Amino acid sequence: MRRTLVIAVRLSLLTLVVTGVVYPLLVTAAAQLLFPRQAHGSLVTDDDGTVVGAAPIGQRFTAPGYLHGRPSAAGAQGYDAMASSGSNLGPSSLALRERMTAEHTRLRALNPQQPLAVPVELVSASASGLDPHLSPEAARWQAPRIAAARGVTLARVLAVIDANVESPDLGLLGEPRVNVLRTNLALDRTFDGHGVGSVLAR
Amino acid sequence: MTTRGWIEIAAFVLVMVVLVRPLGRYLWHVFERERPPAVRALGWLERALLRGGGLVDARGQSAREYGGAVLAFGFVGVIVTHALLRLQSLLPPDPGHAAVPPLLAFDTAVSFTTNTNWQAYAGESTMSYGAQMLALTWQNFVSAATGFGVMLAFARGLTRRADDDATVGNFWVDLVRALVYVLLPLSLAFALVLVSQGVIQCFAPPLQLATLEPGTQTIALGPVASQEAIKLIGVNGGGFFNANSAHPFENPTPLSDFLQCVAILLLPAALTHTYGCMTGNPRQGWVLLVAMTLLLLAGVAAVYAAEAAGNPAAALPGVAAGPNLEGKEVRFGLAGSALFATITTDASCGAVNGMHDSFTPLGGLVLLLDIMLGEVVFGGVGVGLVGMLVLALLTVFVAGLMVGRTPEYLGKKIEPREMKLAMLYLLTVPLVLLVLAAIAAVGPWGTAPLGNAGPHGLSEILYAYASASGNNGSAFAGLAADTPFYDLTLALAMLVGRFALVVPVLAIAASMRRKTPVPPGPGTLPTDGGSFLAVLLAVVLVVGALTFFPVLCLGPIVEHFTVAAGRFF
Amino acid sequence: MAAAPPPALFDRAIVRAAARDALRKLAPRTMMRNPVMFVVELGSATTTAVLVRDAIARPAAMAPLWFTATIAVWLWFTVLFANFAEALAEGRGKAQAASLRGARRDTSARRLHADGEERVPATALRRGDRVVVEAGEIIPSDGEIELGIASVDESAITGESAPVIRESGGDRSAVTGGTRVLSDRIVVRVTAEPGASFLDRMIALVEGSARRKTPNEIALHILLVGLTIVFLLACVTLVPFAHYAGIELSITVVVALLVCLIPTTIGGLLSAIGIAGMDRLLQKHVLAMSGRAVEAAGDIDTLLLDKTGTITVGNRMATAFVPAPGIAMARLIAAAQLASGADETPEGRSIVVLARQHPGGDAPAPAPAPAHAVDAWVPFTAQTRMSGCDVDGRALRKGAVDAVASHVAKLGGSLPAAVAEAAASIGDAGGTPLCVSDGATVLGLVRLEDVVKPGIAERFARFRAIGVRTVMITGDNPRTAAAIARQAGVDDFVAEATPERKLEFIRREQALGKLVAMTGDGTNDAPALAQADVGVAMNSGTQAAKEAGNMIDLDSNPTKLLEVVEVGKQLLMTRGALTTFSLANDVAKYFAILPAIFVAVYGEIAPLDLMRLSTPYSAIVSSVVFNALVIVGLIPLALRGVRYRPRSAAAQLRRALLLYGVGGLIVPFVGIKAIDVVVAALLPT
Repeated sequence: MRRTLVIAVRLSLLTLVVTGVVYPLLVTAAAQLLFPRQAHGSLVTDDDGTVVGAAPIGQRFTAPGYLHGRPSAAGAQGYDAMASSGSNLGPSSLALRERMTAEHTRLRALNPQQPLAVPVELVSASASGLDPHLSPEAARWQAPRIAAARGVTLARVLAVIDANVESPDLGLLGEPRVNVLRTNLALDRTFDGHGVGSVLAR
Repeated sequence: MTTRGWIEIAAFVLVMVVLVRPLGRYLWHVFERERPPAVRALGWLERALLRGGGLVDARGQSAREYGGAVLAFGFVGVIVTHALLRLQSLLPPDPGHAAVPPLLAFDTAVSFTTNTNWQAYAGESTMSYGAQMLALTWQNFVSAATGFGVMLAFARGLTRRADDDATVGNFWVDLVRALVYVLLPLSLAFALVLVSQGVIQCFAPPLQLATLEPGTQTIALGPVASQEAIKLIGVNGGGFFNANSAHPFENPTPLSDFLQCVAILLLPAALTHTYGCMTGNPRQGWVLLVAMTLLLLAGVAAVYAAEAAGNPAAALPGVAAGPNLEGKEVRFGLAGSALFATITTDASCGAVNGMHDSFTPLGGLVLLLDIMLGEVVFGGVGVGLVGMLVLALLTVFVAGLMVGRTPEYLGKKIEPREMKLAMLYLLTVPLVLLVLAAIAAVGPWGTAPLGNAGPHGLSEILYAYASASGNNGSAFAGLAADTPFYDLTLALAMLVGRFALVVPVLAIAASMRRKTPVPPGPGTLPTDGGSFLAVLLAVVLVVGALTFFPVLCLGPIVEHFTVAAGRFF
Repeated sequence: MAAAPPPALFDRAIVRAAARDALRKLAPRTMMRNPVMFVVELGSATTTAVLVRDAIARPAAMAPLWFTATIAVWLWFTVLFANFAEALAEGRGKAQAASLRGARRDTSARRLHADGEERVPATALRRGDRVVVEAGEIIPSDGEIELGIASVDESAITGESAPVIRESGGDRSAVTGGTRVLSDRIVVRVTAEPGASFLDRMIALVEGSARRKTPNEIALHILLVGLTIVFLLACVTLVPFAHYAGIELSITVVVALLVCLIPTTIGGLLSAIGIAGMDRLLQKHVLAMSGRAVEAAGDIDTLLLDKTGTITVGNRMATAFVPAPGIAMARLIAAAQLASGADETPEGRSIVVLARQHPGGDAPAPAPAPAHAVDAWVPFTAQTRMSGCDVDGRALRKGAVDAVASHVAKLGGSLPAAVAEAAASIGDAGGTPLCVSDGATVLGLVRLEDVVKPGIAERFARFRAIGVRTVMITGDNPRTAAAIARQAGVDDFVAEATPERKLEFIRREQALGKLVAMTGDGTNDAPALAQADVGVAMNSGTQAAKEAGNMIDLDSNPTKLLEVVEVGKQLLMTRGALTTFSLANDVAKYFAILPAIFVAVYGEIAPLDLMRLSTPYSAIVSSVVFNALVIVGLIPLALRGVRYRPRSAAAQLRRALLLYGVGGLIVPFVGIKAIDVVVAALLPT
């Protein structure tokens, strides 16, 4: 019994060093060498070279000229990348029902130009609260509002969105998707270079 | 449900099954034969670890000694992990984080040592990089390696012919080999693949940046890929971030998601073939693999269909009908979410790429049932297969009677002693699960932390104890589980679910080890064919479903009917 | 007893006695031996207590009295039905034991002592006492005949009315207490202590009082107890879970749910199945000394069968003389005849008969050698495998070729090659060569031939179909044995078998993990009978053989083993079938009871009530009633056993699954619905 415990302690400490120190350091070294951009978060810069976000991490957008991501339960304001979380509300939850109803009302008011029903995705919070994507349908649904806010034709907005649709990986995995941050950068770039201020002014 | 979704599911099964044979044989060679030439270069590490552990002569252990070693190693693991979490303010490379509170540290230490990886904390806010690496990544490795050991000892007991020494291998050797030849190389390679997809691996502090719209965002970073890889390969499931594999830095693309699914089932599936090789008849392993795969597919199909039917809460005028996307990420698609959720609950992994709490009642029911079946559909590394084999003993018993022979498995008679131990094994989890959940259901200690009211609240309680006693680790995460009551009772459930089960398992191994196998004849019930498969499936479902059907009625089943009738809680 | 036909399944007298016994068995001490039914009994008592409380105190939130009363009554019925099944199975044995008892009562014995004899009651006899029995008297206890020969009527034990001959010495010396001597006078040495005679044990066995649970029965019991605990957990914890949902479950409802879920069907019938298995064997005139042996019979891998009497008809007959080169036929015949003079075996006699008829004999058949000419008779022993006599200083021997060859070799002679060749060709043709020698000279051979019993090959084919390997045991040489084995269709044979080789063969098979069955009757079979997992001793055999075996075939028919194996398998299959059926039943009961319990608070779950039962109360009552009635309904199956046909294990499993698994799923849906219709009609709305 004593001997067994001694072996257990010795092997615990040894494996702790091998798997808890050596292994992560090895992975880090190799990752920095082979995939330095990804290892640091796949950061996205604007035309000036300023870091405006991490491509995989969703951001909060409220201006009507931007594509808005899905509802987020991460942090009080949503899209808090220090507090990833889903809503964890069950399908029979009254709170969820009310939140979805409110979200629907808000979206309706925000998108008077759009006659079609609200895509269910836009009233559903993501799992991480940091979902960077929308489905192409949910992105296009917002196009009339963006066109109106930016004073451009619907077709041009739709063209930008369509250009940003990513296909399923290997043509097979996942669904087509639109990265909200990248698309909004593209919208700015296409319509007024530094469109942030001008959009916000309206 | 889309054609592409079904193709994705089919592709997954194909990839998994194709990998079973080569990996299963590799494992067989690593543990039971000569090390394959490709990895002999790692022999020095095996020798160094064993020598360092003080094992100059690693002779075979009896099942009792083997079990003692498993328990001792687990005991030391809990203590060391707890100490590391309490001392995280001192740990390199980022000292200064507040110590993890004692109860939470205990709960977490138990959780990672038992391969459960139940997380009553949010990784990005509670744990330092040092704690994640040292305490959690370490236990991710060794708890999985321990699972290998339990399975190997059990399989040796079943398959070795009776002889004088009656040993079932040496736990320390199995542990070290599992680390050196299996878990470390696989994790290293998989971690780099994940980084290529966008999983981060750095020691930089959280990044603060100005967002596109005026404002700031602080983004948590860290050595994620190294922990992510073993989290899945070792069927652990403890995420670096609170959102686990739904977090874009843990699981950034559909491809990484697909590979994570494969990684979870890689070893549990391959071990069926390893087992087949150990019995000398690979078909013995294939039968178990087919049984597991059929149960998995049934689960995936049910979850996929339930989620495609949509979230009742979103059935509002003016909202387009669509699938249930609450708590799911766009990039994975519905099929990817259904697949991951089923795999992680079947395999005792507990990683999630969607929030199970927000699944539809029937989808959640399937996930809950997956765990309640006893984590035998693949299950954790090694221990899942052991659970399935215990059910196979039970199956053989009932089926053997039906063909008019006193039951035998692999030619060894199943007698009162094995039956007693098998029933002890099968009773333990329902006992802990139901009793603790019942205690939680009747008072504010259990109901106050619930995130949902009504039947769904009961589902949260059930899921928590199912997950803990099944060593799964996923959650209906609306339950705010970091309370003294939940920390302690869940830790108890996790300990029982892991270590209390080791005892009957190794006792069965010991008693089967001593039996002389009867050569099979035409009157023997074949355990490698379709009829046996059918009874095995029936036994798995009957044992699991009959035990929990009443309480599931009050949880997800009632929820399904009430919410369909428009009643919210 | 065996002479009487087995009682009908529901013989009126037996049923009446069983009904009384069912009540007597309600004693908790008795019930505790069957934990599943004990739980039901506790539930019944609890529900009854609730009924009394409700009737007196009338609490506000009580269920209707009729409901609690009905549940209480039917729960008691559930226990009683199970007890009844067991009592019925025992009763059938008891009825058979009653006729045996008749043979035992009032027997007195004439015990011999130094000065003569004294008359004592049979019960006073001890092992080693010697008693005299004369024509018309009943043999007071089991024993061996020390002196004399008698014809004995053993019909009390075997049911066979033709008398049998019993004589001192040899393999027919055993007599059984309770049988009647019809002629002559014998002296018997008692071999059984009082109360431990064959008759006593037989009565105990058929009554079931000596029954102990077999290993498989224990293992199954553990499974059932385990399931009971699981359901106990599920039902007891349902109370707090329901409380969470705002439903207060009454004790009556929880007990009803519990009793419906635990495996009462198999739990209630399990011991009846075991008793009935032994009973069925008895009907085939096989007395199993333990249930364990019956179970083991179902598992037999290897069956050892003596060639003589089992595979071949009676005995080998001499059919030809083959003189050695240079030996006159007459000399061979004369020597063979002389050497067989004291050989009273049928083989020996057949040599004498053949010698007398032989046309080649130029001398008229010589009269049996005058006794004074013979110096000594040399009897046959299993070791020498020779017999003969010493006449006028000449050693005349006949026996197995190798035995005689080594005998003459010792005397300086040798076996001529031509004789060896002739012996081989006789053996190849399925005959048995006996070698005859005169001193060191080999005179020639006598050809003995076996006749294989008709239909035996088909029986062996049936054994093969159920996975049992048949092995023929014979003292013959390998060639002879191979030829007969081929003819009879056995899978293997052991030639030139001595008792030691037989034992060794059994041990070797067992070391491979196989279960071995054998039949035997002689004293020299006793070690092998004891070593075999199933040893069937012939009732006609010696006391030693009967003591060593764990079954006794009263008909002394060695092929009976086939039926024994089938009964063993049937026993296990019946257990498996009812276990499966019992578990499959639970599904329907869930769908009947759970919606009934929850529908008050969650009206939306009505669709879960698949059977559309009339009211929640009726749903629960119907389930409990069905659960009780199904025990009664399955009593005939438990007593008769499921039908057995040789099939491959996989085919057997498929069939049983379909019948008892799928059947067990469907039947209760129909049954509960039907009972519900009746209950609804009876009830005021």
